[in-house]
Amino acid sequence: MTGTKNYMYRSWWKIASIILLLYTFVGGFLLDVPRLPALGETIRNLYFHVCMWFAMMILFTVSLVNSIRYLRTFNLKYDIAARQYATVGIVMGILGYATGAIWMSYTWGDPNNPAFESFSSIAREPKLIGAAIALLIYFAYMVLRDSINDMDKRARISSVYNIFAYAMLFPSIWIIPRILPSLHPGAPETGGGGNPALDVKDIDNRMRLVFYPAVIGWTLLGVWITTLKIRIAFLKEKKLM
Amino acid sequence: MDHYAEDQDRIFKRKKIDVMAPLKKTTMLLLLMLSSIMLFAQGDKEVMADTMRSNGRIYVVIAVVVTILLGLILYVFRLDRKISRLEKDK
Repeated sequence: MTGTKNYMYRSWWKIASIILLLYTFVGGFLLDVPRLPALGETIRNLYFHVCMWFAMMILFTVSLVNSIRYLRTFNLKYDIAARQYATVGIVMGILGYATGAIWMSYTWGDPNNPAFESFSSIAREPKLIGAAIALLIYFAYMVLRDSINDMDKRARISSVYNIFAYAMLFPSIWIIPRILPSLHPGAPETGGGGNPALDVKDIDNRMRLVFYPAVIGWTLLGVWITTLKIRIAFLKEKKLM
Repeated sequence: MDHYAEDQDRIFKRKKIDVMAPLKKTTMLLLLMLSSIMLFAQGDKEVMADTMRSNGRIYVVIAVVVTILLGLILYVFRLDRKISRLEKDK
């Protein structure tokens, strides 16, 4: 399992992650950003908050691929990989949710009222509810996995569940927030629909200069942490067997 | 009486058109110019951390943030090394 020199043991992408993240942190604070009402300097959160969600989506996608590979081969190492990718994806999702909560309480809140007062209107945001649903479905994946003792049964059931969980990402975080009115970018009223931060018309060119490297850097850091978890899981499995 | 009134009306009407047409144009022009000025003002009024950038304090923030990032990366790097050592022992 661990003898082959696969991507987990190569260092070039880990170095790339470090360089890209350093660039994100320096360039993200120093380079020019558009002056927008209500956002101000907080627009730089794009390099951090949005990247968390991108990393989460990519990690969940890798988790899905590993689940499908498990169901095709019944090789348990794919199931272990799927679990660890989902775990780190959830961590990224929680970080994205927490950073979004901080950001919105300073930009969406009624400036005449404290954030607590305008909570009732903020809590109705379809993006928030959708993201919460998506994360809860992945929490259920963990609960489901760890409640089954038989190794093969656990791997098979949780792999199938993982595919369903990934399918639920589509309506909850990609489709419904783009249909309903919302303050979050990408809603039909604010930005005219489209994909927030990815739309060519939506994002300023100066910001793309940092945003794309930031997405890659954060994702690679997530993958790095995941590979460490996978290797520990392999070591544990070896001890058992 | 009648003649006089008609004439006056015609003169008054013509006058009204002659005076108001350029006035409308100038007011519209002024309004448009004002609206563009207001737009510019809105962009400038948006509070950005310009003073922080001009006096160089922003570099303090970057130093702190980069230190935290490097610390976290160092931690992950050391974990990586430790796990590699464990794998070799097996």
